[in-house]
Amino acid sequence: MSRTSFAARLASTTRVIRSGRRGLVAAPPAVLLALVLAACATGDPQTTLDPKGPFAAEIYKLFVPVMAAALFVFVVVEALIIVAVIRFRGREGDPLPPQIHGNTRLEILWTIIPALILIVILLFTFRTQAILASPPESPNAITVRVVGHQWWWEFDYPDLGVVTASELHIPVGETVKVELESVDVIHSFWVPHLAGKTDVIPGRVNRMWLRADEPGTYSGQCAEFCGLEHALMRFVVIAEPASTFNAWVQQQRGIPPQPGFGPTPTPPATTQPGQPNQAALIAQGYQLFSNGACITCHTLRGTPAQAKVGPDLTHFGSRKSIAGNTLPNTPENLKRWLRNPQEVKPGNDMPNLNLSDSDVEALAAYLESLK
Amino acid sequence: MAAEVVAPGAPVPGTIVEAPPITVRREWGGWQWLATVDHKRIGILYTVTALCFFLLGGFEALLVRTQLIVPNNTFLHPDVYNQMFTMHATTMIFLAIMPLSVGLANFIVPLMIGASDMAYPRLNAFSYWLFLFGGLFLNLSFLTGGAPNAGWFSYAPLTEKAYSTTTGIDFWDLGIQLLGIASIAGAINFIVTILRLRAPGMTFMRLPPFAWMTLVVSFLIIFAFPSLTIALILLMFDRLVGTHFFLPSGGGDPLLWQHLFWFFGHPEVYILILPAFGIISEVIPVFSRKPLFGYSFVIYSGIAIGFLGFTVWAHHMFAVGLGDIANGAFATGSFLIGVPTGVKIFNWIGTMWRGSLRFKTPMLFAVGFVAMFLIGGISGISLASPPVDLQQTDTYYVVAHIHYVLFGGAIMGLTAGIYYWFPKIFGRLLNETLGKWHFWLLMIGFNLTFFPMHWLGTEGMPRRIYTYFPGNGWEVWNMVSTIGSYILGLSILIFVANMILTGLRPRQDVGNNPWEAATLEWATTSPPPPHNFDEVPVVYSRYPLWEDREPVEEHGGVAPRSPIGPEAHPADEESAVGEGEATEQGHHGHAFHLPAPTIFPLIMAFGLVMIAFALLFATPVLKLTFVLTGVVYGIVAIFGWVKQVSA
Repeated sequence: MSRTSFAARLASTTRVIRSGRRGLVAAPPAVLLALVLAACATGDPQTTLDPKGPFAAEIYKLFVPVMAAALFVFVVVEALIIVAVIRFRGREGDPLPPQIHGNTRLEILWTIIPALILIVILLFTFRTQAILASPPESPNAITVRVVGHQWWWEFDYPDLGVVTASELHIPVGETVKVELESVDVIHSFWVPHLAGKTDVIPGRVNRMWLRADEPGTYSGQCAEFCGLEHALMRFVVIAEPASTFNAWVQQQRGIPPQPGFGPTPTPPATTQPGQPNQAALIAQGYQLFSNGACITCHTLRGTPAQAKVGPDLTHFGSRKSIAGNTLPNTPENLKRWLRNPQEVKPGNDMPNLNLSDSDVEALAAYLESLK
Repeated sequence: MAAEVVAPGAPVPGTIVEAPPITVRREWGGWQWLATVDHKRIGILYTVTALCFFLLGGFEALLVRTQLIVPNNTFLHPDVYNQMFTMHATTMIFLAIMPLSVGLANFIVPLMIGASDMAYPRLNAFSYWLFLFGGLFLNLSFLTGGAPNAGWFSYAPLTEKAYSTTTGIDFWDLGIQLLGIASIAGAINFIVTILRLRAPGMTFMRLPPFAWMTLVVSFLIIFAFPSLTIALILLMFDRLVGTHFFLPSGGGDPLLWQHLFWFFGHPEVYILILPAFGIISEVIPVFSRKPLFGYSFVIYSGIAIGFLGFTVWAHHMFAVGLGDIANGAFATGSFLIGVPTGVKIFNWIGTMWRGSLRFKTPMLFAVGFVAMFLIGGISGISLASPPVDLQQTDTYYVVAHIHYVLFGGAIMGLTAGIYYWFPKIFGRLLNETLGKWHFWLLMIGFNLTFFPMHWLGTEGMPRRIYTYFPGNGWEVWNMVSTIGSYILGLSILIFVANMILTGLRPRQDVGNNPWEAATLEWATTSPPPPHNFDEVPVVYSRYPLWEDREPVEEHGGVAPRSPIGPEAHPADEESAVGEGEATEQGHHGHAFHLPAPTIFPLIMAFGLVMIAFALLFATPVLKLTFVLTGVVYGIVAIFGWVKQVSA
């Protein structure tokens, strides 16, 4: 019964591998893996395989060799199992195999070799930790307070006087110092393209750095279960050239024209037949907002609203998304939200205000006008 | 000495006596099961109950997967989804895997060590009933305003009253406290049993691996559960009395919960896996027809894993901001623990190597275990590195890891144990054809369900989200995973069908040792008589029933043979234990002193649950009623129990 030729060759190959030519054998899997992963850089919005900044890149540089080592161990050990299963299959009437109790030399070998592999990975880990702990120089570093709420993200730039929600604008190529706080439960701030995640814990300020070296819009999401709508607590980081960023900052610092006071905006005179005048609609929305329940939860500079429960709405119209970055900011979506926020995101803190359709139209027009 | 004088009609020392035939009716009759203190019956109760909870937990998982089959699905309301994943994990960990391990250990370990029962049979019964009532109590939450919905790890402050207003968290808190008491009682029982009731000649290095792992796990339980209990009590006080241990607004710290929880939580995962390790170390040698390769190394690595398991808890907290030094220290321990784990895997392969492998169903699951657990161990290595972990933690990568070690590992190992010991427990062999269908469908379904999750996590999908948006690249693999889970569910149904159909058949004559195994539980009938062994076995080697294979060389000599097993020589002068000779256990000949059945452990367990109920009600009258009821039950139980001790 010769079932040894193929199996024997395989077994001798594994002996070669185990005898120490690991490095030679491990390098091709690492290269192969890096190529495969690069090809799989699918362009998915939240992939961890396509770093766009140094912090994510350092992690990726550690991830690839670790996964290569993992792949190597996987292939070798699974191969041993498969070889054993095929080669040593017994049949009825087979004699008793030699009753081997063990082999101390082998035990030492397969204790030391995995320990060495792991120590190498551990040393690379320490190295990456040290690199991540010392961020690149950045003369124009800005600070952002990232505040987690159930279930939306607040972004506050204390040095720049800007408060917004759901969209974190940062200048490309600058290191941004992030201070993470929570007003309620534990959340986790994660934008995979740019950095690993850091938890946001009430009673504590965690600090991390962000930096994007390419302009773009990078998706992120809360990554620590935080209650009912944890799944819908998303955000984006928008990295833009310094000039664009500065312009955005200037725009956000200002107060958009309000129908109530300040220079009266000059709305376009084009009105559709049968459609209400847009300016009138905006004015009506402003009135509803300022005199309604909205001011109990929101801040909107230019109106009496100064509450901090919900997101700051001052420049609502300039945002690309609503409801914690779960819906694009379009009039249709906004009206759907205003009609019944609980239908869009059940359990969120904004109650159903039972607004009439005309109220919804007016409010939507007003909010969208706040660029 | 002359041939021993044997009392007329008494069995000859060293021979196996067939137990009198037991009719089915008597064995399964009525109230005997409520009052049993026989470790074999308690083991069956544990195992059957655990399997029922396993089906429940599996159903909860299928609901979760169905919700995630497509993006923006509306199959489950978000709160129901959150309850489902919370209860799935809690059920699987506390009500399925742990009791399955305990159930098998309960039946098998006393037999393996040659004892006639556990050290504390009544305490054993109490542990079971408290487990059953605790599990029912926990699930009662579904009917009273909602099951716990903050994850099985229940991070504060989400679990505080302000953020979790229903009683779900209270049911979770109290339920797990009850289960903890049951576990600690069981652990004490196993430790004393294994330390004190081993057959003469069974030194520690002759103890079967499953018994060894049960011993290690019992120590883990005793040292880990108090940390959880403290956390639960502090949370209970926060929720019910208004303290603020975990609320920063009152000077508390949410991280205190995490440290206390994970100091328990990490050893807990070793509690979940070590019994399965022990089972694999039993099954692979039998079905390779050679001894366990490197027995000492396997045992020492098990002990090392148990010990090191207490040093790595904060690898669950790499993202909370403990700092690089702390993270580095915990990373070091986490990597280190991979070494003994690898040693075990290599020793299992070494056992198979040059063996004569018989692929009966237990062996299929054992080999499957090694192959699947390996994958889980490897993904654990990347998670042990804090920088890499910061991209992987709280994503589906971790979900993949935990299911490869807990399902591909613990559950497959326990399944191997069930197929292996089923004939010993029930006197019937599970059907091999159905077993193979179970195995292969499970391998396909399991891998389809969980392997893609490595990719989903790498592509940015967080955990514990009730839905996800299209356009993230997650749609295809979520659908594959869900379909895989249905195949997995089907394989479990085949398993259940196998057990039920086999159970309904009349008892077969499987003999004492249908698998030609080596350890003492196979030296008595299938199923064993109530007193397990007619004669206290004396043990001279690690593999008492294999001593006919070749002379056993131990410590430089050919040891005499153990007088049990098919070829034992009656009245062998060097080896027989004399009639009437007092042994450590105090057994004298045939007078096996087994405690009488008693209902008081059940009553005691019930009383504790009544007290737990008291804490759920706000009105003082109801509170007092339940507390008093519980206390009365407790007092009655204590009196009855103590009276029984002298009976």
